[in-house]
Amino acid sequence: MDALLSEYLPILLFLGVAAGLGLILVLAAVILAPSDPDPEKTSAYECGFNAFDDARMKFDVRYYLVAILFIIFDLEVAFLFPWAITFDQMTMAGFWSMMAFLGVLTVGFAYEWRKGALEWE
Amino acid sequence: MAPDLILILPEILLAVFAMAALLVGAFGGGDIRARPILWGVAAFMALVGLLVGLNPPAVGTAFGGAFTLDGFARFAKAGILLGAAILLLMSEDFLRRRGLLRFEFPVLIALATLGMMVMVSASDLMTLYMGIELQALALYVVAALDRDSPRSTEAGLKYFVLGALSSGLLLYGASLVYGYAGTTLFSGIVAAAAAGEGPQLGLLLGLVLMLTGLAFKVSAVPFHMWTPDVYEGAPTPVTAFFATVPKLAALALFARLVHEAFGAIAADWRQIVAFLSVASMFLGAVAAIGQTDIKRLMAYSSISHMGFALMGLAAGTEFGVQALLIYAAIYVVMNIGTFAFILSMEKDGEPVSEIASLNMYSAIAPGRALALMVLLFSLAGVPPLVGFFGKLYVIRAAVQADMVWLAVAAVIASVIAAFYYLRIVYLMYFGAPREGLDGGMAPAQWIALSASALAMVLGVINLFGIEGLAAAAAATLAGA
Repeated sequence: MDALLSEYLPILLFLGVAAGLGLILVLAAVILAPSDPDPEKTSAYECGFNAFDDARMKFDVRYYLVAILFIIFDLEVAFLFPWAITFDQMTMAGFWSMMAFLGVLTVGFAYEWRKGALEWE
Repeated sequence: MAPDLILILPEILLAVFAMAALLVGAFGGGDIRARPILWGVAAFMALVGLLVGLNPPAVGTAFGGAFTLDGFARFAKAGILLGAAILLLMSEDFLRRRGLLRFEFPVLIALATLGMMVMVSASDLMTLYMGIELQALALYVVAALDRDSPRSTEAGLKYFVLGALSSGLLLYGASLVYGYAGTTLFSGIVAAAAAGEGPQLGLLLGLVLMLTGLAFKVSAVPFHMWTPDVYEGAPTPVTAFFATVPKLAALALFARLVHEAFGAIAADWRQIVAFLSVASMFLGAVAAIGQTDIKRLMAYSSISHMGFALMGLAAGTEFGVQALLIYAAIYVVMNIGTFAFILSMEKDGEPVSEIASLNMYSAIAPGRALALMVLLFSLAGVPPLVGFFGKLYVIRAAVQADMVWLAVAAVIASVIAAFYYLRIVYLMYFGAPREGLDGGMAPAQWIALSASALAMVLGVINLFGIEGLAAAAAATLAGA
């Protein structure tokens, strides 16, 4: 029991450090930094002239779609790398597992292509 | 390798079929192919369900113990596949007339069903998580199927955020359990738990977190808050799906996890499950009383029913697992019938879900009102309908395990719950007349409603032999 708990001691220390450091960084700004706001200071900074519109702008939802598609294929490559370096010791099961994985991804890719998710107009 | 593949043949077949259906939809003209794809997916799932249920492939474990095909998994899989097929057929008419019949819908349902099949066969923490995520990701999307409706997208978002939270808790629990046991295999975890002495803090914490994650999935109190909103906001066919098949899968996974991975520390999880059970039964019973929307009411009803099902699990015995399976199977059949009716509720072509619109429904459609009355009586557990026997089984399981207090609580909760089921019957037969529903009923919905109502009456004779099947299934999981 005690042996088990002491194995987890580094995690406890880590949690303490993480929480402490996070609190210090947040509170230091509140305590140490001078705070004397006026309207000019708190308004958005735009190279000297007044801001044209809200700093929170809407952007096309398609960026989001492209980002998701990118992550999928990014991860695919992350899986392919270890598979590729161990190729000389691979069994047939290992080879065909990856082929099945790539096949599933290809079906998804064909679907998104056909649905027009890759078009940008 | 080859024997492993034979064990997961049903899963492989369904996965390949779903991907083929996706390509047919994408390259074959899009949503004009939605109807044939829906019928094809439903027929294929029913076929695979019969294959799994009637003609068992070899029974055993595959992939180094990560995947188990036993009597328990076969029972649950056959139920999941057949239930999903019936629900797809029931929803076709509703979706088509609301312009929601996209070809992705049957494909997503097939993938969710695939995830559930993996869930009930999981005997490793990784397989478990993979099954849950495959199921959940497909269901998040179908919850927001009606993407132009703010309520449907809200339902999808809520379901996604809370589902992600519950997955996180489950995963954190799984990592603690792995840290304790040094293996992700259920058989290894149970061996490590049995070998340990005294209070095993790491294991207990992992157990609690994993049960919390699963309680989200079966919508057990206090992790139920997403259920009413998601059920109300999602399109009705999706609600019907949520309320039935995934519940069966999550209960089966729950039972397998606690028995196979944590069987050695049964006393610990039995308290947790008993608490979830009592809290769900009472909250579901009390909170449903004030509801005016029938989909919300069915959400609370399902919370309460999950409480009853978990009571079988809280007993921690083989008979308890049998009672859980019987209860879950009866619950799915009752809900399929009830939702077949709710799907047909409409006025001037618009779907209606107000309970008050059922006033004096018996004068408009006596046959349907009668069928719904039978189902509601059965949901309430009024003898001699089949729903009563489901409750009888779980209560007997609790009594046999010396949990008389739990059985008494269940009886009280079911009396409270009977009120709101009977109120609908009262409104249908004696309510103040007002302009009610006018829609017809699609053949598939009509068949599902009357077949399920008939089953509630005829099943009294021998429960269609489900008792013996459930006993055999339970013996493979919890048999000593």
